[in-house]
Amino acid sequence: MSSNVGRRTFLKTTAAAVLAATESGSNLQAVNAQTIAKASSAAPTRLTVNGNDLTVDLDSRTTLLDALREHLQLTGTKKGCDQGQCGACTVLVEGRRINSCLTLAVMHDGQAITTIEGLGTPDKLHPLQRAFVAHDGFQCGYCTPGQIMSAAGVLDEVSRGVPSHVTRDLTAAVRLNDTELRERMSGNICRCAAYPNIVAAIRDVAGYRA
Amino acid sequence: MRAFTYERATSPADAAEAVVRKPGAKFIAGGTNLLDLMKLQIETPTHLVDVNRLGLDAIEPTPEGGLRIGALVRNTDLASDARVRKDYAVLSRALLSGASGQLRNKATTAGNLLQRTRCPYFYETALPCNKRAPGSGCAAIGGLTRNHAVLGASDACIATHPSDMAVAMRVLDATIETVSPDGTRRAIPIADLHRLPGNEPQNDTTLSMGELIVSVTLPRPIGGVHVYRKVRDRASYAFATVSIAAVLVFDRDRVVRGRLAFGGVAHKPWRVEAAEAEVGRGAEAVAEVVLSGATTTEHNAFKLPLVRRTLAATMTDAAKG
Ligand SMILES: Cc1cc2nc3c(=O)[nH]c(=O)nc-3n(C[C@H](O)[C@H](O)[C@H](O)COP(=O)(O)OP(=O)(O)OC[C@H]3O[C@@H](n4cnc5c(N)ncnc54)[C@H](O)[C@@H]3O)c2cc1C
Ligand code: SF4
Ligand code: FES
Ligand code: FES
Repeated sequence: MSSNVGRRTFLKTTAAAVLAATESGSNLQAVNAQTIAKASSAAPTRLTVNGNDLTVDLDSRTTLLDALREHLQLTGTKKGCDQGQCGACTVLVEGRRINSCLTLAVMHDGQAITTIEGLGTPDKLHPLQRAFVAHDGFQCGYCTPGQIMSAAGVLDEVSRGVPSHVTRDLTAAVRLNDTELRERMSGNICRCAAYPNIVAAIRDVAGYRA
Repeated sequence: MRAFTYERATSPADAAEAVVRKPGAKFIAGGTNLLDLMKLQIETPTHLVDVNRLGLDAIEPTPEGGLRIGALVRNTDLASDARVRKDYAVLSRALLSGASGQLRNKATTAGNLLQRTRCPYFYETALPCNKRAPGSGCAAIGGLTRNHAVLGASDACIATHPSDMAVAMRVLDATIETVSPDGTRRAIPIADLHRLPGNEPQNDTTLSMGELIVSVTLPRPIGGVHVYRKVRDRASYAFATVSIAAVLVFDRDRVVRGRLAFGGVAHKPWRVEAAEAEVGRGAEAVAEVVLSGATTTEHNAFKLPLVRRTLAATMTDAAKG
């Protein structure tokens, strides 16, 4: 990919221009069925990102993570390892958490993506975002968007009865506790080791006692 | 990543045909293994056939009383299925011990079976590896071999198969159903899906070019106590050093029958049916048979006592129910 710097720069500039124009208009909600940039021969990919219907024309190699960060300028989603080993790139696809670094954007044509930017806004934080602030659930903050998106996924999985490695009885209803939470969040590494406060923040939102 | 063209297949037959039509084409399912390897140029497909939208994502009862699992059923969904949790708990347990929540949401049943080894030399393209570059040699032999095979290895390759799910499927006698580019269908017992490395470590399985896995069938439930015990370097989100899938049947607190498969020890899930006849005589007796013919290196000799102890712990766990 790096051999194609000229085109990437072009794409970046175009995408930035589209988003800037929209932002000055009011907010991202206005970007409907926008074609962000045209470059490769592959059919354009339609993505609904944080409620906005977008069409992106990407090289088939583009991961969902790079599409979000480099082409849609949604840089809240972070790239840590690019190998599925850290969880910094966690987003929700059709409501389920995945690592956006290990999937291609073209594979998600027609699907709904939620990133940290779509979970809440600075004026209207999502309860998990508020709890991470209240509990100091981070130090450098690099892993935080991934932690929060993963936590959103965990809460949904628990509500749907998805068991985990530490669930004692596979046939009983699933109940969250700290052991369950730590196991379920193990796909999100925090280099600053803010784990105790991350657990406290999610526990607060999940509404159980330690 | 090398450039490739992309297409979304519309039916299983269409997908199988599409892969043979273009030289260098491959299927992509969850992508969690393939894309990782493509980024490192260990895999360099020229064309990807996306099999995610073939409608192969249902888990259905079979007329024989078993379950047919679509090839594209995600690891999370398979582990969470009420029938699997109740009647095939060893499979739920194995799946839940693998990877992370995010990866299990994406990883598919077929992709998990066909994931490639985690041998560090396979990943290091500057070094020889018969699996990655046939005939180039094996950098692991004589290198750091802590993670490598102690059973069934060859002079060409000593890699292990990393899947947890496959070990449970082996103990459950699953069958893999495929469709080939010419439209023929076949059923492969899981024992025959993965190969030993021999002189062709580049071939992980007995599937032929363009052969698409459409489903995996579990026979009717066999009862018993189901345990999957995985030993690894950290408590979560790590591959197995050694793992054991067990289904044991007890008469009060005495084990009378059982099935056992071992992960982390060989190029495929390892099961020795003759060893299972020994379960009544205890873990040591079973391990004796399972490990006969084992060959170790300085770095992985620890796996033999580890298998023995893990087996003893597994059987004790199972006895507690
Ligand atoms: C950080 C990390 C940790 C992990 N830890 C574990 C672990 O502890 N235990 C474990 O078991 N696994 C672990 N995994 C591996 C994970 O389970 C696999 O990556 C996953 O199961 C692969 O499934 P997939 O659908 O994404 O496959 P893909 O990457 O899409 O495909 C894998 C291979 O299968 C082929 N293929 C896919 N579908 C079909 C089909 N229907 N028919 C024929 N061929 C097909 C593809 O062509 C490709 O060669 C880990 C992975 C990562 C990245
Ligand atoms: S053990 Fe197998 S996979 Fe590892 S370097 Fe040798 S040939 Fe390659
Ligand atoms: S960047 Fe995706 S898991 Fe690390
Ligand atoms: S807060 Fe720094 S990596 Fe988690």
